[in-house]
Amino acid sequence: MPLTLFDKVWNEHVVVTREDGEDLLWIDRHFVHEGSHHAFAKLKSREAKAARPDLTFGVADHYVPVRTRRREDFADDIRTMLGRLENNCAKHNIELFGLDDPRQGIVHVVGPEQGLTLPGLTLVCGDSHTSTHGAFGAIAFGIGASEAAHVLMTQTLWQMKPKQMRVTVDGALPEGVSAKDIALNIIAKVGADGARGHALEYAGSAIRSLSMEGRLTLCNLSIESGARCGMVAPDETTFEWIRSRPLAPAAALLENATEHWRTLYSDPDAAFDSEVSLDASSLTPTVTWGTSPEDALPVTASLPDPAKTSDQAKAQHQREALDYMGLRPGQLIEDIAVDRVFIGSCTNSRIEDLRAAAKVLAGRKAVVPGLVSPGSSLIKARAEQEGLDRIFVDAGLEWVEAGCSMCVGMNGDLVGPGERCASTTNRNFRGRQGPGARTHLMSPAMAAAAAVTGHLTDLRKLETGTAA
Amino acid sequence: MTPFTAIASAAVRLPLSNVDTDQLLPARFMSQPRSDGYGDFLLHDLSRDDDGNLRPDFALNAPEAKGAQVLVARRNFGGGSSREGAVYALVDHGFRCVIAPSFGDIFSNNAANNGLLTAQAAEDDVEFLLAAEGDVTVDLRDCTIHAASQRIAFEINPVKREKLLNGWEDVDLTLSRKTMIDAFSDRDMHRRPWLVPAQR
Repeated sequence: MPLTLFDKVWNEHVVVTREDGEDLLWIDRHFVHEGSHHAFAKLKSREAKAARPDLTFGVADHYVPVRTRRREDFADDIRTMLGRLENNCAKHNIELFGLDDPRQGIVHVVGPEQGLTLPGLTLVCGDSHTSTHGAFGAIAFGIGASEAAHVLMTQTLWQMKPKQMRVTVDGALPEGVSAKDIALNIIAKVGADGARGHALEYAGSAIRSLSMEGRLTLCNLSIESGARCGMVAPDETTFEWIRSRPLAPAAALLENATEHWRTLYSDPDAAFDSEVSLDASSLTPTVTWGTSPEDALPVTASLPDPAKTSDQAKAQHQREALDYMGLRPGQLIEDIAVDRVFIGSCTNSRIEDLRAAAKVLAGRKAVVPGLVSPGSSLIKARAEQEGLDRIFVDAGLEWVEAGCSMCVGMNGDLVGPGERCASTTNRNFRGRQGPGARTHLMSPAMAAAAAVTGHLTDLRKLETGTAA
Repeated sequence: MTPFTAIASAAVRLPLSNVDTDQLLPARFMSQPRSDGYGDFLLHDLSRDDDGNLRPDFALNAPEAKGAQVLVARRNFGGGSSREGAVYALVDHGFRCVIAPSFGDIFSNNAANNGLLTAQAAEDDVEFLLAAEGDVTVDLRDCTIHAASQRIAFEINPVKREKLLNGWEDVDLTLSRKTMIDAFSDRDMHRRPWLVPAQR
């Protein structure tokens, strides 16, 4: 029987199938972070130990301050959160990429960077953007605290096999259009819950042409269409990335593994529950205007008018979103002024993202304040070697340490009430970047363009010198 | 976990789509220990004005919402992050069931692990429930809702239903299969010798 990539990886991990159809899945990698304290508390209440600390890794990211690394400068609650993670990792003998580790960074950046994320793995973390790791052809998904406690105690998880959706993106991406734009267009097309209950596989020539960074961005945003996970079949691009990563297999083990990984693809006549396709060549730089990632439009478009929307629930969502965002129906998107920009997060903080933003900012000045936070301390060092930090600083932006930072504001980096932020992050939910904050999602190059002009800007016009 | 069979209670009606996890529990409350109770954080920012006072026009704050165990909302309820705190906030506030046309996958898994029923009903039926007045009865045994003299069917994944009806916790079922898990792991180590990262 022809199998999909997802089927192949899933089947390899089934320990047992229960009568009701749920599978007990073996978990190859489990990442924990400061937010995992509820899961560790559950272990404590049962006096249980982590079953497989050798497959569990801790990363300090959600609460880490990015403007200072001196603990005495941290707020008390942040010190508490970091201390809890350190204590729990030490207690359970879990390796921690902590605050003082030169490899520290955002969990979904560090895993791939260190070679912990590999094709064919099952990988979980108490964070919905765990879907990121699917870029390697792994089944990777976010779990709650009860599930994380279950994985810590048993290295397994009960799961009902999801349905499967293939998203095929063919054609060449036009200049100025990136993986972020592909993802936002997919979410707009299927809806924020359109892929609910499904595992996604991204296929097609445009996906094959993406770098690992691009694939990570794309898979990262799978959860924003409601998908359980997103995957790209591993290929030479994947194998090239893995080679020489510090914690990846090497030498004969790597050869052995790669031979297996080459079998991980969807068979030509494998069946999917649904299919979606997109023409890459038709895409334009895309931004979100509302309070759900599905509220995405080409930057050249105008805002929707609820009075002209027939679906009652949809019209109401538009009205509330426009009201919260402080925008008018029918307004030109390019006329929307921003108060600040944020370049970072597990979605868009890798070296390629920083290069794309720096390319736009080189020789230009930002007219609004902005924060640039690299995805890991190693990416920070690399960007500094390449002189990207100088470009950001010379443009007037703040160059800071690695962490989740202003994507979710847990470390205190907030967008103020009513402020509008052009952001390379993943969620434009109400209050996501701080109470009353207004978020517009876009690619790093588009956020850089907004910094230069002070409003949402078609970066292609900036590059040809026709932007206002 | 308390088993769920049937409840009859007042309902809070939220005619909103995409009530995401950041609305249910804003990120700044996530560092609290569960023992402190999460009920007061539920929909914290939607239910308060800019000065932090409770908005009297918000359904959760209405006098008839007191003691409500059922929440009705539009599509994509609980979409977004994996924070189980979103479920703690609902449960600690007193809710035992949310009715909506669709739910975030991770949210509904978290809900089932905390005895909260996510009842998926047709969009038209949810619109009816949002417009109706009075108490709502939810029966998990036959997957029905009764409200305003109408009988409405709802869906829930049969595995979650069984778990909720019995108040089961997964980990006990799993630990009873430890021998099987160990055998799998032994086989797997031979099959995939590259699995455990070398530099430890």
